[in-house]
Amino acid sequence: MSSLFKRNEFYLGLIILCLVIFLSITTNSFLTIENLLELFTSYSFLGIMAAGMLVVLISGGLDLSFTATATISQYIMATTIIKYGGNLFIAFLIGAGIGIALGLLNGLLVHYIKVHPMIITIATLNLFKGLLMFFSKGKWIYNFPLWFSEPYDIMVFKNSEGYIYPISLPLFIFIVVLIVTGFLLKYTILGRKIYAMGGNKEAARRMGFNLFALTLFVYGYMGFLAGIGSVAHALMVQTVAPNAIIGKELDVIAAVVLGGASLLGGSGTVIGTFLGIAMVAIISNAVILLGIPSYWYMIFLGAIIITSVSITAYNYKLNMRKEAEIDVA
Amino acid sequence: MHEKILEMKNVNKKYGGVNALKNVDFSLKRGEIHCLVGENGSGKSTLIKIISGVVKPDPGAEIIINGEKVKHLNPRESVEKGIQVIYQDLSLFPNLTVAENVAISDYYRGNIKMVNQKEMYKKAIKAMKKIDISINPKKLVRELSVAQKQLVAISRVIATDAEILIMDEPTASLSKHEINELLNLIKSLQKQGLTVLFVSHKLDEIMSISQRVTILRDGNKIGTFDASELDDQKIAYYMTGKTFDQNEKRGTEKFGKKLLEIKDLCKKRNYMNINLELREGEILGIIGLIGSGRTELALSIFGMNSPDSGEIYVLGERVNLNSNYQAIRSGIAYVPEDRLNDGLFLAQPISTNIIASIMDRLVNKAKIFQEDKIKKVVNKWVHDIGIKTDDPENPVRTLSGGNQQKTVIAKWLATTPKVLILDNPTVGVDIAAKHGIYNIIKELASEKLGIILISDEVPEVYHNADRILIMKKGRIINEVFPDEITEAELQEMVIGGEINV
Repeated sequence: MSSLFKRNEFYLGLIILCLVIFLSITTNSFLTIENLLELFTSYSFLGIMAAGMLVVLISGGLDLSFTATATISQYIMATTIIKYGGNLFIAFLIGAGIGIALGLLNGLLVHYIKVHPMIITIATLNLFKGLLMFFSKGKWIYNFPLWFSEPYDIMVFKNSEGYIYPISLPLFIFIVVLIVTGFLLKYTILGRKIYAMGGNKEAARRMGFNLFALTLFVYGYMGFLAGIGSVAHALMVQTVAPNAIIGKELDVIAAVVLGGASLLGGSGTVIGTFLGIAMVAIISNAVILLGIPSYWYMIFLGAIIITSVSITAYNYKLNMRKEAEIDVA
Repeated sequence: MHEKILEMKNVNKKYGGVNALKNVDFSLKRGEIHCLVGENGSGKSTLIKIISGVVKPDPGAEIIINGEKVKHLNPRESVEKGIQVIYQDLSLFPNLTVAENVAISDYYRGNIKMVNQKEMYKKAIKAMKKIDISINPKKLVRELSVAQKQLVAISRVIATDAEILIMDEPTASLSKHEINELLNLIKSLQKQGLTVLFVSHKLDEIMSISQRVTILRDGNKIGTFDASELDDQKIAYYMTGKTFDQNEKRGTEKFGKKLLEIKDLCKKRNYMNINLELREGEILGIIGLIGSGRTELALSIFGMNSPDSGEIYVLGERVNLNSNYQAIRSGIAYVPEDRLNDGLFLAQPISTNIIASIMDRLVNKAKIFQEDKIKKVVNKWVHDIGIKTDDPENPVRTLSGGNQQKTVIAKWLATTPKVLILDNPTVGVDIAAKHGIYNIIKELASEKLGIILISDEVPEVYHNADRILIMKKGRIINEVFPDEITEAELQEMVIGGEINV
């Protein structure tokens, strides 16, 4: 039980609970199924990518290029289905395929160049972005085929008045991705190896783990989810624009770190990542519902990240001090 | 069953132009504890790496494990043949549980396979039971003490059914008490049939534990001896080719003015009622185990651990030491125990390290470095302290442990201190360099510096200090003079009474 108080998720959950209580008192519309479903649907594409980022961070890596990966996947997916037609499955297949390819490229570079992945993925971010602008000429894409514009609702609730609440496909995918990623990390040997690599890379090498394969998997998985997330995003907004996702990479990393993942690798959980995304979503929603200027969103988010990280750091320090104490008889 | 579990013949290894190993023959008898001894750079680690398959020997070498000739040994194969290495850094995963660390070799096969948590805990508990330890298997390794981590690393080896265990300086970061427990554990592993190859710098450990000792010097095997034929003097001679006089005693010196006086210094959960005096030219030994408060006290004198109450006087003047900057200004210097993390900028040149604490004295009025002055200072200290290097512009990490330690000492001497605190100055330093450092300490004392020598090694303090304070549980429990007691009596005072804790 005491270990609960040491956990980042606990404090994050507590802050979210306070926010939820505050918002349900001050606004009428926050705590409605409608608002919450819509809110989480609009954040589902970031959530999907956050799950990928979580895996990368746990392995001790970092990927700043995934938003460019996602945008490229989106463009290629959109132009292909507009030109040749297809169906939803094919759309996701194209998005995921392109994402995996670019992710594997990152993995290759990170493994062989042996420079900090931040530098490498800043480079690929620029590379991908530049190529994208060159080939797309920065054009927006609107004219999706009809089948792409239909709402794909997985489940539909009706309330007593007959009002319909749908769980949309993007939200459904987000939930599935969280479950799959959580399972992968916690219960498969592959997931445990990723934790091990992030905890002590040299030891993992000496254990005989195939670090190259692990690195490829981690960045490939990030690319895969960037691709999936990008299609989910396109489904939601029905446009593809060069700057719609690019620029959101730091929001995603912030949410994952807020959820307890360490930039040093080796720690982080899916529940934490979900809470991190939920926090970011709720703050942005609060700013709208309360009708305060939108820059307050950034101010709140910044303040909450600092508070949350300080609590974690303080707990860590307390633990260290306990160990350092000398029993002065 | 072959009597020799491992046999190596004609092992050579060249790195570039350097012969790390020259025609070395080496063997391990089944069930023995075998010590591998040598100075830094003698080829010890190369030999271990060849056995563990990390490094390939030059062509012509022959490796026979369990009577079977092995052509190309790689890490995986070495493990499969039952060879396990515990490196100095232990290679544990701090973010994983004890159980997972112990049972991690199960992760070799399969990726998509599920982890069998139950099986994992069972395996871990079984391995820990075998060596009679109980650590909560659900705890994260990060939360354990160094000694406990060591036990986890050993349990991991047990869990793999290893036949040969190689330990690379396992006692380097343990206290005396913990070392004794570890040595006992290794003996019990031997009873269970394990063959152990043990690398160590510490002569008393080697003598107490091993049946045979192989000594390397400059890549040559000097010989393999029965432990009973060896003693400290012989081992030191074979390792270095030089003889050392352990008992170089200083004459009874006349000590000068009172440099440092501490009255009733207290800090909650660190130490209690500390009183001490240090005079010019005196070497004051403070001996205590880890957790006795010795390092905490040293840090307080160096301004990095503000005391709750009490007074510190330097040259009769009351000082408040709330930062190390103030301490340096008052003429106090501190050579930390963990030189790699706290004492050196490893990637920086030796010269930069030496001037690191006196940079403000080497600038002109425009605050720009005066290169000629720097060169002079650096050359003086490299020469005076005897740092072995071709070029002081080489990074510090290219130096051996002993020369690194000399660099730290040079850095602090450059501040022209009155009081020099040395915290375990010879940890991880080999025997020849150790004596070099002792000579420097004695020389400095004869130049009227006051020296506080903190250590957990009884012989180190006994043979070098003029007066010894024994610390236990944050208090100074005794003051002795080395010429009034024997080394064994001092040892008894330090260890004694520790059993009931």
